[in-house]
Amino acid sequence: MKIVIIDYGAGNIQSIKFAIQRLGYEAVLSNNPEEIMEADKVIFPGVGEASSAMKKLKESGLDTLVPKLRQPVLGICLGMQLMCNYTEEGDTKGLGIFDVDVLRFNHGVKVPQIGWNQIESLESPLFADINEKEYIYLVHSYYAPVVEDTIATSNYGVEYSTALHKNNFYGTQFHPEKSSMVGERILKNFLNLSTTN
Amino acid sequence: MDIKNGRTVKGVNFVDLRDAGDPVELADAYSKAGADELVFLDISATEERRKTLANLVLRVAEKVNIPFTVGGGISSVEDVDILLQNGADKVSVNSSAVKNPQLINDLAAKFGSQCITVAIDAKQINGEWKVHLVGGKVPTELNLFEWAKEVEERGAGEILFTSMDHDGTKDGFANKALARLSEELNIPIIASGGAGNMQHFVDTFKEGKADAALAASVFHFKEIEIKDLKEELQSNNIPVRL
Repeated sequence: MKIVIIDYGAGNIQSIKFAIQRLGYEAVLSNNPEEIMEADKVIFPGVGEASSAMKKLKESGLDTLVPKLRQPVLGICLGMQLMCNYTEEGDTKGLGIFDVDVLRFNHGVKVPQIGWNQIESLESPLFADINEKEYIYLVHSYYAPVVEDTIATSNYGVEYSTALHKNNFYGTQFHPEKSSMVGERILKNFLNLSTTN
Repeated sequence: MDIKNGRTVKGVNFVDLRDAGDPVELADAYSKAGADELVFLDISATEERRKTLANLVLRVAEKVNIPFTVGGGISSVEDVDILLQNGADKVSVNSSAVKNPQLINDLAAKFGSQCITVAIDAKQINGEWKVHLVGGKVPTELNLFEWAKEVEERGAGEILFTSMDHDGTKDGFANKALARLSEELNIPIIASGGAGNMQHFVDTFKEGKADAALAASVFHFKEIEIKDLKEELQSNNIPVRL
């Protein structure tokens, strides 16, 4: 299985590479469109600020490539947020894969949310063998509200989407690579999805 | 975990470890025991410290599937860049931020607030909480609460507050100061210094309104098992990952 982690200079991708390695696979870091298109599974990471990450994505020309991918794609954290229509962070237009606008937490809670929270209303093969209310690790200041594409929710002053799914695209607000055994299982489930390339 | 030249220092008493001095092995053991997050504080002072620490971070990231923070001697954007690239989730700055507060702004702008922890060591002098440097040895004129507020405004994502009055006493955390920090600030506060028994953790979450609690020796010397502690917290209605 060929796994590519999209490398566009946005954040900590070493940890994702290692998490996949712990599952017994090797992932390649790449910003090469052909290599990305040929992969069986694509991971779209992201840490940092949205508008600068989007700028980097555009500079590498990957903003037009990602929405066209046909194999399973997993956006993580900011990666997921960039796959949405829009994010308030830096007034940034997203890739428009998930039909939702990302908003800043503003409900009397501490921002950023840093730490472990529970996921529930799990509706996807991505969560095979994962129990409701398992804990996952999150670090974020902006959130996607609950919409039709929502496949998992969490509560942080407001109920919001901790995972989204549309067609071959998946996104998790949490970091599976940092969410202990639960996260490893979710990553494994993603790698087990059938590839319809 | 205190790290010197790539090895854990201060005693650790993990009978089930092959090499109690290897931070990676200790990190793995803690992760399996149910720790939610690990903090590595580098106290080496050698020329090669940067390279040794970066290598350690890489080895921890390879092995461990929970988040970890790295601190000690970080004084530039470049230092942080190297650590994050090697797999650290967060970095913590302390003295360098006091000496050059603009560093916090620069780090937050470059890497995002979410990975910038500012560690503050403080103790009370004539009833006023004063920030101290170099592991609490050097007093400053800074007031804890004013400095914490400034740190938040400059873009820190989290504060790790160690009370030098409580550290090592095993007499409980500085809950009054913690509660005030938590009320005055809108970023998470990690309580550190004073953990001696499980009730101290319950108290720091309830009375100290801490968002997280950090301890070293009670875990290193197996005085408290993480699993027992989490069960105790849960039975006191404090939400924890079990």
